[in-house]
Amino acid sequence: MSKIKMPVEKSHIMMFARSIGDANPKYYEEKDENVIAPPTFIQSSAQFDPDYFLRPKIGGDNWFGSGKEATGMKSSGSGSGGGGAAMGLHAEQHYEYHQPLKVGDVITAEVKPGKSWEKESKRAGKLKFSESVTEYRNQDGELIITATSVGVVTEKPVEN
Amino acid sequence: MLKKNEIKVGDTYSEKIVEDLKRTQIVQYAGASGDYNPLHSDDKFTKEIAGYPGVFAHGMLSMGMTGKMLTNFVGDGTLKKYGVRFTNQVWPGDSLESTATIIDIKEENGETLAEIAIETKNQDGATVITGSATAKVG
Repeated sequence: MSKIKMPVEKSHIMMFARSIGDANPKYYEEKDENVIAPPTFIQSSAQFDPDYFLRPKIGGDNWFGSGKEATGMKSSGSGSGGGGAAMGLHAEQHYEYHQPLKVGDVITAEVKPGKSWEKESKRAGKLKFSESVTEYRNQDGELIITATSVGVVTEKPVEN
Repeated sequence: MLKKNEIKVGDTYSEKIVEDLKRTQIVQYAGASGDYNPLHSDDKFTKEIAGYPGVFAHGMLSMGMTGKMLTNFVGDGTLKKYGVRFTNQVWPGDSLESTATIIDIKEENGETLAEIAIETKNQDGATVITGSATAKVG
């Protein structure tokens, strides 16, 4: 698992809050010490995972989305994002908050694999679930957030 | 922050968290979160390779928008836990309403905590998120 080192930045919190349509003024404060982060902001630590497989890399090699043609996945990945591969989806996400994130914090993440299990579903065939647990700590080693993510790989696209 | 003497088990709070979800907002979430899975922005890939009718929202966008309802209800910086299951996909054009219900109020380690059940539904009444949260109460 790649080493994540995430500086908590005011402008990043602002952009994240905009993207979830949340106008809470605490996410847009001018002074660093007045800014707080939305409860799901830590998910954007993916930005700081050098090998995150759901971000096109500079140079563009191996990206599985379409240019002229749709290319599909060359290999499936896994990670704290939960879903991912063409048939991979995010099934569950849980956060436990130990301390507030502060602008200026530098967060590191340690990912531990969790349980995996299978289930049959009428809408998507065989479902393969896998869990990962991520501990996010600040620059002083203090535990800030524990996140549990469950990804599911479906046998076929989910019927709607 | 919720006040102990102002809440009771069974209290609910609802909010419309998005009306006619735009594809652009999904792209905005991809950019901010860093999750560029083409399922959420690349219609060609999503139809031809993944086999879905078109792009759909990140589960985490639905969780983020549901979190807006939740923090508007419980107050800033009061959450101890927040977790969800994604039970149905959310599509461009969907309108979502999210509801929090207080299911328990308890004392733990000198703190008063509210246990909250969460449900987000689309315009057809289908549940897209079920979840729970624990928040500190004043």
